[in-house]
Amino acid sequence: MNAASERVAITGNQALAHAVRLARTEVIAAYPITPQTSVVEEIAGFCADGLMNARFIQTESEHSSMSACIGASMTGARAFTATSSQGLALMHEMLHWATGARTPVVLGEVNRSLAAPWTILTDQSDSMAQRDTGWMQFYAGSNQEVFDSTLLAFKVAEQALLPAMVVLDAFVLSHCVEGVELPPQPLIDEFLPRREAEISLDPDDPHAFGGMMFPDSFMEQRYKIQRAMETAGGMIVEHAAAWHELTGRELKPLHEYRVEDAEIVALCLGTAYGSFCAAVDELRGRGVRAGAVRMWQYRPFPARPLREIIPAGAPLAVVDRAVSFGHGGPVAGEAKAALDGHAPVCGFVAGLGGREILPETAAGIFHALLENTAEPDRINWVEVRE
Amino acid sequence: MSERAGERVELTLPVEIRWHGRGGQGAVTAAKLLAEIGVAAGRHVQSFPQFGSERRGAPIQAFTRIDARPITLYSSIREPGVVIVLDASLLALPPTLAGLRDGGLLLVNAEPDEFEQARASLPDACRVATVPATRIALAQLGRPMTNTAMLGALVGVTGLFELADVRRHVEAALAREHSEQVVAANLNALEEACRAVSGN
Repeated sequence: MNAASERVAITGNQALAHAVRLARTEVIAAYPITPQTSVVEEIAGFCADGLMNARFIQTESEHSSMSACIGASMTGARAFTATSSQGLALMHEMLHWATGARTPVVLGEVNRSLAAPWTILTDQSDSMAQRDTGWMQFYAGSNQEVFDSTLLAFKVAEQALLPAMVVLDAFVLSHCVEGVELPPQPLIDEFLPRREAEISLDPDDPHAFGGMMFPDSFMEQRYKIQRAMETAGGMIVEHAAAWHELTGRELKPLHEYRVEDAEIVALCLGTAYGSFCAAVDELRGRGVRAGAVRMWQYRPFPARPLREIIPAGAPLAVVDRAVSFGHGGPVAGEAKAALDGHAPVCGFVAGLGGREILPETAAGIFHALLENTAEPDRINWVEVRE
Repeated sequence: MSERAGERVELTLPVEIRWHGRGGQGAVTAAKLLAEIGVAAGRHVQSFPQFGSERRGAPIQAFTRIDARPITLYSSIREPGVVIVLDASLLALPPTLAGLRDGGLLLVNAEPDEFEQARASLPDACRVATVPATRIALAQLGRPMTNTAMLGALVGVTGLFELADVRRHVEAALAREHSEQVVAANLNALEEACRAVSGN
């Protein structure tokens, strides 16, 4: 902890808002949706109280929010929006546009299931459905990590010229009060100075963004986005090290718990990790060498760190809180490809629509691996009534 | 200030508290205030409401974890060491006492005689404290908002935090949104409940 930091009791949504304030974000465009609403309420309050020197735009839809952020970002401004579920789905078209136009917009995404039927509770189907839009995605495991990830997201986004999503579980983090350390403004300014855009919209020096591209150049533009994603992986490590130096806190692609000598491992994203760690302790108490991994960085996909962490030959349960219908869990499929020839992977789907992933749920998944009842070639549904 | 009637129930960290109230009674606010007090005292805390759509008058739950070490578990509290009931009519519902640990504390907003009827159905191993929080809230605030009274009672019966620290924090927290009179009335309710809570 930095000596001048202030430790406050705030929700995950407030942690996002404070990060946006301390990042000296210049434009916030948003539309309210449960459970994201209090993010932008808080930011609107900061703007109204003069704590932020920013333009706050309440738009008529999420599609417009993202459009406004892209426009602001093209002028060189630091831009932010937040949403959930249906709101993110409505942004879909403009998420692609943000990437294609290489605008480093940062988005706070409070994971909520998609309708129909209506629900407001958490799973990761909304953000997973955007995995091919070219946005970086960071899944937070605590309110502190929501705060830290947001500042890192701005830093990497502006250097890589890629947009970034900070993802947090609905209610479990968004409405949960925890202690969060807020570093002093000068420390944040040192880590994240004012954005210096190389190219920006300027009436005195007119340029167009997003003009037509034909087959002679379009594919190269796409190639550059992929190259930027690959380069971003190294930037994340570099800036996370700087953040660690300043605050003493770690941000890393994968967090691991008792994995080194593990004979079975489970991997998840978000707050379910705590339940897996509890199950690991319980199993180790009975002589089973279990381990758990939490994926914080989902895009760019951390294939190499994953191969380095998972012990060779140790069966891995990948627990998705989303389904790619007709295929399986999105993370499971990608982990399977990354670990081909290294470790066997079984895909599990759990915790949809806010169903809790309890330590017992996690223990059940480990037992399915141990007792060889999990099937590698289909979705293993967890605690589902037939 | 008179001495509190009952015995103190010592709590050791980590503490897991489950709050039961009805929508509008302030259970979520009480849980949030307790988390803020915990953070101010240098503890690791979590407070969160039961997830769902709230309706005024419907049973609701909130959860608080307090620990000396970082808290990694985010699931709802199934086996609480402390159950706090803001509305005694909720004792008749199965979820209210579900999972209360042996030796755990049940703190109920009730008049002592009102509570006698419920006592027979309680688990033997739990310790019980009552506080007439509705009466206190009506007298101090003019409405049955019992969150600050129940916080006072929790402090009175457990000594989880120092009353002076709690008082100072509640004062600062309420002053952000309420008038001086409302803040003063809540502080009175907090202190009166702290004295009036009775264990057995």
